[in-house]
Amino acid sequence: MEKFKALKAIAASLPLMNVDTDMIIPARFLKTIKRTGLGKSAFYVLRYDENGAKRPDFVLNNEIYRRAKILIAGANFGCGSSREHAPWSLADLGLRCVIAPSFGDIFYNNSFKNGILCIVLPQDQVDRLAALASSGNTAGGEFSVDLERQVITGPDGSVTPFSVDGTRRTNLLEGRDDIGLTLQHAGKITAFEEKQRREQPWQPAS
Amino acid sequence: MDRPRTLYDKVWDSHIVTVDGDGNAIVYIDLHLVHEVTSPQAFEGLRAAGRKVRCPSKTIAVPDHNVPTTPDRLLQIKDPEGRLQLEMLEKNCREFGVPYIPMNDARQGIVHIIGPELGLSQPGATIVCGDSHTSTHGALGALAFGIGTSEVEHVLATQTLAKKKDKNMRVIADDALPAGVSAKDLILAIIGKIGAAGGSGYVIEYYGRAFTELSMEGRMTVCNMSIEAGARAGLIAPDEKTFEYLKGRPHAPKAGAFEQAVAYWRTLRTDDGGVFDKEVVIKAADLVPYVTWGTSPEDALPITANVPDPNSFSDPAKQAAAKRSLDYMGLVAGTPLEQIKVDKVFVGSCTNGRIEDLRVVATLLKGRKVADGVGVLIVPGSGLVKRQAEAEGLDHIFIAAGAEWREPGCSMCLGMNPDMLKAGERCASTSNRNFEGRQGVGGRTHLVSPAMAAAAAITGRLTDVRKLA
Ligand code: SF4
Repeated sequence: MEKFKALKAIAASLPLMNVDTDMIIPARFLKTIKRTGLGKSAFYVLRYDENGAKRPDFVLNNEIYRRAKILIAGANFGCGSSREHAPWSLADLGLRCVIAPSFGDIFYNNSFKNGILCIVLPQDQVDRLAALASSGNTAGGEFSVDLERQVITGPDGSVTPFSVDGTRRTNLLEGRDDIGLTLQHAGKITAFEEKQRREQPWQPAS
Repeated sequence: MDRPRTLYDKVWDSHIVTVDGDGNAIVYIDLHLVHEVTSPQAFEGLRAAGRKVRCPSKTIAVPDHNVPTTPDRLLQIKDPEGRLQLEMLEKNCREFGVPYIPMNDARQGIVHIIGPELGLSQPGATIVCGDSHTSTHGALGALAFGIGTSEVEHVLATQTLAKKKDKNMRVIADDALPAGVSAKDLILAIIGKIGAAGGSGYVIEYYGRAFTELSMEGRMTVCNMSIEAGARAGLIAPDEKTFEYLKGRPHAPKAGAFEQAVAYWRTLRTDDGGVFDKEVVIKAADLVPYVTWGTSPEDALPITANVPDPNSFSDPAKQAAAKRSLDYMGLVAGTPLEQIKVDKVFVGSCTNGRIEDLRVVATLLKGRKVADGVGVLIVPGSGLVKRQAEAEGLDHIFIAAGAEWREPGCSMCLGMNPDMLKAGERCASTSNRNFEGRQGVGGRTHLVSPAMAAAAAITGRLTDVRKLA
């Protein structure tokens, strides 16, 4: 998987709750056998009108935020389907970090597997970061997200600590191959299968 | 004496291959269901790394999301992208030796319908699929949850997942459901109460008479929508009904082994004193039929209620979401839900595409006609459900009433096959998600039970089915 150590980038605010995976990428764009090229369909309905023209009120269509790599979102971001197309499409748009009060569990998991850092912060802190991203003279300023030190530094110099589960953090910092790691335990998997076959002979043989 | 454990604790503990001091576990997976949309990139990953499928015998693939539901689908699938995905599934299964149920097989259907139906999904098992509604299989007492494509690849390669344990939640409903109130109403009420994120980070065990009295089909409806409450999985302890349901199914343990399996399955229940991180109580006796008015499954209300005023929510984020929902849904606050007219009715999906659901709809449609101008689509969840329905003559009832009777698949549950709503069309749907655009761009979804869907089909508006019975 792709590494994530630190990021210095513009942040865009999308203060909607329950942004589901159908909103992140509608089902009709899932008919692909690749992981790439999904960015053009990301947030399709929020981004484009019925005629395919860019909606001026969508934050990532705004000139200031076009190169944003950080998204500051509402509660339960990424709820809904298990489609990994959601983080693939965000990554393809250039987004590498999402900050929200809570996430859909599967989306959260999928994001880390694709080098996207999801940060959970209390609503009031998310609101404060969103305000920095969208108002006054801080809008369009760069945020730093440092996964090693687990702090976000705002364009105003303010520091917000966060924490990410240790294993997820290490995996992301080192860009680890999960499957390779698990296969180091191949002997234990075989032993488990043998034990299960003895105790539960009705299970299909592996 | 051993520490008392919950049902979830027991299934989890019995599948740990190895675990470190921080709780990072490698968990063995007993059954991996695969479909065409979330698997191509996983197989591609295996190929790129030169890896094999570790246990083809614990894996089974079926096309469902993409497939058209018209009978001509066996001749030609017009959409080239959809066709490619279907062809890739077949090709990948052949190359990696994974059992595959083709579209022309009577067993083809929605993954979450066919798992239990074929006896593949069993109590105490760990079951995964690249699909969030894998939670359905928890109705049999299996720990079943959706995974992303990277994890699909991980399971294909290792027959395990690397994960931490979730928290335990129990939803208790001690009394029986009143007449006219179904499993779907019960789960909508639960989601309405705890919210679309209420179950985040938890595995929910449903506990009490309201759940035990449900049929297996009803239990599947409840567990199916656990994910709409944000939960990883839903669980119901297996009981005599579960064993009876499984007995004789093609992949269930055979005679002899079956009794041995049942003896083990009987141990799969929460011990007295099992610890839950959170408990929620639902007064099942007070429930009425539910519908959703907005674009999140948590926007569920009794059919007797009115469209809410966004300002009535205390949370400003919820106020904004409700405003957006009403705008999208084309609804005005204060309108009685029963006055909302529908253009379409969809009966089907992994939530309500089983034989019992179709029987309920047939009972109501029998001798009646669908309201003028309402299009009604009835889609069996699998080929076996279709056969059973036809053996019982349900298809004749549907067609005589003016509904369409289709081939099995996900159909209008999600806008990825030809069955879609047009922009602005309003649908009473037995599916599980009322997200914006879920049933087609601009489509408006009201989630309902099969009985409520039939009632809407007859009157042309959202209707309290108790008035029709
Ligand atoms: S019926 Fe709907 S929810 Fe169920 S698997 Fe198909 S698309 Fe997903």
